[in-house]
Amino acid sequence: MKKLILLILLISCAVVYGQEPSGRAILERVDENYTAENHRATSTMVIKGRRATRTLQAESWIQGVDKAFTEYLSPAREKGTKMLKLGDELWIYSPSTDRIIKIAGHMLKRSVMGSDLSYEDYMEDPVLSNIYNAQLTGDENIDGRDCYILELLAKKEGVAYYRRKMWVDMERYLPLKEELFAKGGKLLKRFVIKEVFKVGKRWYPKRMVFKDVLKSGEGTEFIIDSIEFDVEIPEYIFSKASLRK
Amino acid sequence: MLALKLAYRNLKGAGLRTWLNVAVLSLAYVLIIWHQGIFTGMLKHGSRAVIEDEIAGGQYWHKNYDPFDPLSYDESHGPIPAELSSLIEDKKATPILIRQAAIYPEGRVQTVLLKGIEPGQKILGIPSASLGKEEDALPVLIGRRMARSTSLDIGDYLTIRWRDVQGTFDAVEGKIVEIMNTEVVVIDKGQLWVPLAELQKMTGMKDEATIIVVSQNVQGQKDVSDWKFKDQKFLLTDINQMVRSKRISASILYVVLLFLAMLAIFDTQVLSIFKRRKEIGTLIALGMTRRQVISLFTLEGAMHGILAIGIGAIYGIPWITFYSKIGMKVPQATEEYGFALAERLFPSYSVALVLGTVLIVMATVTIVSYLPTRKISKMKPTEALKGKIS
Repeated sequence: MKKLILLILLISCAVVYGQEPSGRAILERVDENYTAENHRATSTMVIKGRRATRTLQAESWIQGVDKAFTEYLSPAREKGTKMLKLGDELWIYSPSTDRIIKIAGHMLKRSVMGSDLSYEDYMEDPVLSNIYNAQLTGDENIDGRDCYILELLAKKEGVAYYRRKMWVDMERYLPLKEELFAKGGKLLKRFVIKEVFKVGKRWYPKRMVFKDVLKSGEGTEFIIDSIEFDVEIPEYIFSKASLRK
Repeated sequence: MLALKLAYRNLKGAGLRTWLNVAVLSLAYVLIIWHQGIFTGMLKHGSRAVIEDEIAGGQYWHKNYDPFDPLSYDESHGPIPAELSSLIEDKKATPILIRQAAIYPEGRVQTVLLKGIEPGQKILGIPSASLGKEEDALPVLIGRRMARSTSLDIGDYLTIRWRDVQGTFDAVEGKIVEIMNTEVVVIDKGQLWVPLAELQKMTGMKDEATIIVVSQNVQGQKDVSDWKFKDQKFLLTDINQMVRSKRISASILYVVLLFLAMLAIFDTQVLSIFKRRKEIGTLIALGMTRRQVISLFTLEGAMHGILAIGIGAIYGIPWITFYSKIGMKVPQATEEYGFALAERLFPSYSVALVLGTVLIVMATVTIVSYLPTRKISKMKPTEALKGKIS
């Protein structure tokens, strides 16, 4: 009898060990990759419109999930434009008018610098496990990488995208592809990681493409030129006064 | 009477000089009346169109609603109070829910206002009945300006994206079921009209509204809890102020016209007094007082104004009548002014407008005619008889 119980226990352990991680666990690993206490990054945004392509460079400082500051470095027309996010408030400074404008209401629906990202996207909580319930629905190979397919459903009211579908790299825990849906089920945005790189112990997207599927154009390419995690960021960076500096 | 006869004879005697003055002055009369008639027509027509299609007998606004502050739209909605529900049931009021949304005409994202209205309402002139038809997508009614700017036509489909009451994105396909030919820009540009019940369902705002428009037959409305009543006078303030400012800017033209006419009359009077020194001396010698002579000359000057009324009437009345009958084609660019304008504008004239213009011009002519004649009071009759002027 004792031998039988031991055998059952051993079999149970083997089954548990061989099981795939839960959707929640995968999502938490994704969040771990993306979030840090703080980070500083320089990036390039290539906006591919219907008629022309524009390239913008920016430097960003991000503290936790509530504070973010971005300064555009080029082209000359956008140089000096700054964005500050503090909690659920967003301000933008334009050097040509020397004005600080609070982005709220219908203005949040506008695209950031003509890209496929809206200010609303910029305001979202980056910790997905805080706002979504995740369910593992399958697996698929994307560009030679095995991926988990996660179905994310908003766990509370007021989340911008009610449903997301995510293809998460089984080894690196990066979502190589993501689709964002409206409450009614209509696909609104698609996000694809084209290239990744390792920063310290974590994998991070190097080159990604955002596409507002309702808009024409090829989407917006976002390239991380350099990124540093857990750096010291002076507190004054996250103040309205720094917008005019 | 004698002075009148004398004045008329002298004016006739001056020949071409008189008729030139009269022509310029008559032009001032006709242009002022015609131009003011256009503004009055604009105001009348604009007010009527706004009342018919937008404001009816007045509107209840949710306490947070401010049409000039798009930031207020997200918070400006609330349940319809019982007092107003009874008005709605009696078909004396109609609720409208206003939300912000985005559409994607020709692959571009465009922010619009989604306005929910009851398809069966008869309070506003909006052809909302077309929203009541069964369609395979959300029925959408737009104005002709919106249709032009987005290249949308009846039967076209468009994707509408919005946030519900909690802030979650949702999107649906809409179908253009009608393009309304309204003259009121503020219910046309950047707006999609959809069935109220559908919009309430889409946004999770059951039985809620942003504004409630009351019928023109309902009088004496007062504020109801969170809903502030805005009467017609308040709601027409913008159009009134816009027309007033246009009248003021147009008055520069009148001042220039009148100035030219007055300059001519002033010169004529100065020349006339200089040339007729002996006549002035004779009239005084024959027993006329200086005041009577001044009156005679002033009357002569002022008679330009009277003659100008006659001449102006000869060509002005047919001209003005013609335009008030067939109207004037309004250039497309004026649609950008932001207030209701028909494709043809019909000037509107009133007795008060004509009399007012005549009074102002006559008073100005009389003053300008009088000013040079003050010199007569200083004349010595003996020297005037010799043709000298002291």
